[in-house]
Amino acid sequence: MAAVESSPGPSLRNRGAALGGISPVVVLLVAASAGLLVGCLRSETFAQLTVQGLALGSVYGSLALALVLVYRATGVINFAQGELAMATTYIAWQLIQWGLSYWEAFFATLGIAFVLGTVLEVVLIRPVLHRSAIAAVIVTVGLFILIDGVVDWIWGSDLKYLPSPFGPRIYHVGGVSIARLYPGIFVVLVVSMLLVWTLFRFTKLGLGMRAAALRPAAAALVGVRVDRMLAIGWGLAAVLGAVAGLMAEPSQFFLQPTLMQPILVYAFAAAVLGGLESPAGAVVGGLVIGVSLNLLVQYVPAITTNLQTPFAFAVLIVVLLLKPSGLFGRREVRRV
Amino acid sequence: MTALLELEDVEARYGPVHVLHGITLTVEEGSIVAVLGPNGAGKTTTLRAVSGTVRRSGRIAFAGRPIDRLGPDAVARLGVAHVPEGRGTFSELTVWENLRLGAYARRGSIDPALERVLSYFPWLSHRRRQDAGTLSGGEQQMLALARAFVSRPRLLLLDEPSLGLAPVLVAELFRIVRELNEREGLTVLVVEQNAHLALQAAHAAYVLEAGRIALSGTSAELQADDAVRRSYLGY
Repeated sequence: MAAVESSPGPSLRNRGAALGGISPVVVLLVAASAGLLVGCLRSETFAQLTVQGLALGSVYGSLALALVLVYRATGVINFAQGELAMATTYIAWQLIQWGLSYWEAFFATLGIAFVLGTVLEVVLIRPVLHRSAIAAVIVTVGLFILIDGVVDWIWGSDLKYLPSPFGPRIYHVGGVSIARLYPGIFVVLVVSMLLVWTLFRFTKLGLGMRAAALRPAAAALVGVRVDRMLAIGWGLAAVLGAVAGLMAEPSQFFLQPTLMQPILVYAFAAAVLGGLESPAGAVVGGLVIGVSLNLLVQYVPAITTNLQTPFAFAVLIVVLLLKPSGLFGRREVRRV
Repeated sequence: MTALLELEDVEARYGPVHVLHGITLTVEEGSIVAVLGPNGAGKTTTLRAVSGTVRRSGRIAFAGRPIDRLGPDAVARLGVAHVPEGRGTFSELTVWENLRLGAYARRGSIDPALERVLSYFPWLSHRRRQDAGTLSGGEQQMLALARAFVSRPRLLLLDEPSLGLAPVLVAELFRIVRELNEREGLTVLVVEQNAHLALQAAHAAYVLEAGRIALSGTSAELQADDAVRRSYLGY
């Protein structure tokens, strides 16, 4: 009989084995952190680049977190995630123009992003999702172009400026100057990740979302409203994307329709590096990409600023070739 | 006794393939009813028609209320727990998360329901942090049953619970189903290949053949029926 949900059967994987699989990665990350620390203590330039890299990496991590959320909820890679983030950043800019304070606009934008994300899922993704994940992915590519056009039409393509959420203050630690923005972005990322983790781990809603993503048919049988869970997943991803956009603008990028395009590439690399299904992996992946890109451009003469994006692509391809499950992926990908 | 579940002239199809050709059956409140029959007779599809996981037509009423137009999540929230073939446990989630999912449709505190279920399946509490996928087949089937019971259903739909299990476990499973039926008043509609076992546990049974009801009666009647004995019981 067709379409009967079949159980994968007793699996040999258990918690212990999963932890055993992660530990070399953890060792590697600790070693890398130690290396960074030594580098920071020996060279001010190195330290400066590392701090900046962590802030940029946090932005990549936020968007990667959004990609992971959508992938886990619907099995779809949302190519429009970055453009959606860009659009919501414009909305924040507009709200500030209309007189809202930064943080009022910030939270209002998150609310709007949530609504926008759920509506897009219901209107565009849901009708095609039951056909195939590939159809839905193609719709997201179309959405990319659509959002780009709509934003250009409403706001034009000239550069806009968004104030920094953490003020212009700069701390001096040793010879290193750290804009208050940098730790600010980092904290925002960590808080976002903890919220996502708490949602999935400890709440009924999160449990329903995980069940709906893992086995939609079985989830429906226990009374989970699967469609609603998927829509909420898209809404939350749009919120995380909005956070990424709002943090991206003041850190290095200008508010223009192409704001998130390079960031999307880095976020893809980060998400894949982290295993595509793991929120923690997305964050760690983002930080690794952010820091390593910043340092490579400085210390490896062959890699110029122009080569940053191709380098992220190279990371993506190498991970997919050598270890498709990424650093934190617990199992091989079951579906396409 | 009143009828908890009534099917009248129910048809179902997978795409162009007609599987059920007008099934009419009744499940009395508080009873265990078995659906027997050869492979491909439409036993599983009958359960799926009730829970809404297959396209169906005809009249299906649960506690007097028509449910033939409801989706699976809505049927589940009315108090119908469906343990599908292959169990439908979430192997990537922990035992405890699986149990919590069972209570998903319930409002308010789920602790009393969880405690009650653990009194029938005490070993589950030691394994609560383990991924369900690491349990043995029999344990997963027990977990599926436990999860269904956490939702405090009025009707349990049980599909091929004996599939792939050792005979000892199958007996234990049916013992628990009987116990839930007797002590908790749980109504059960069970699909089973093993007719012998099913007729021992059930009060009444329907025999399906090629998408139609071929025979029905109380378990005692069917056990005494020569045709049933020859075709399904093998003596």
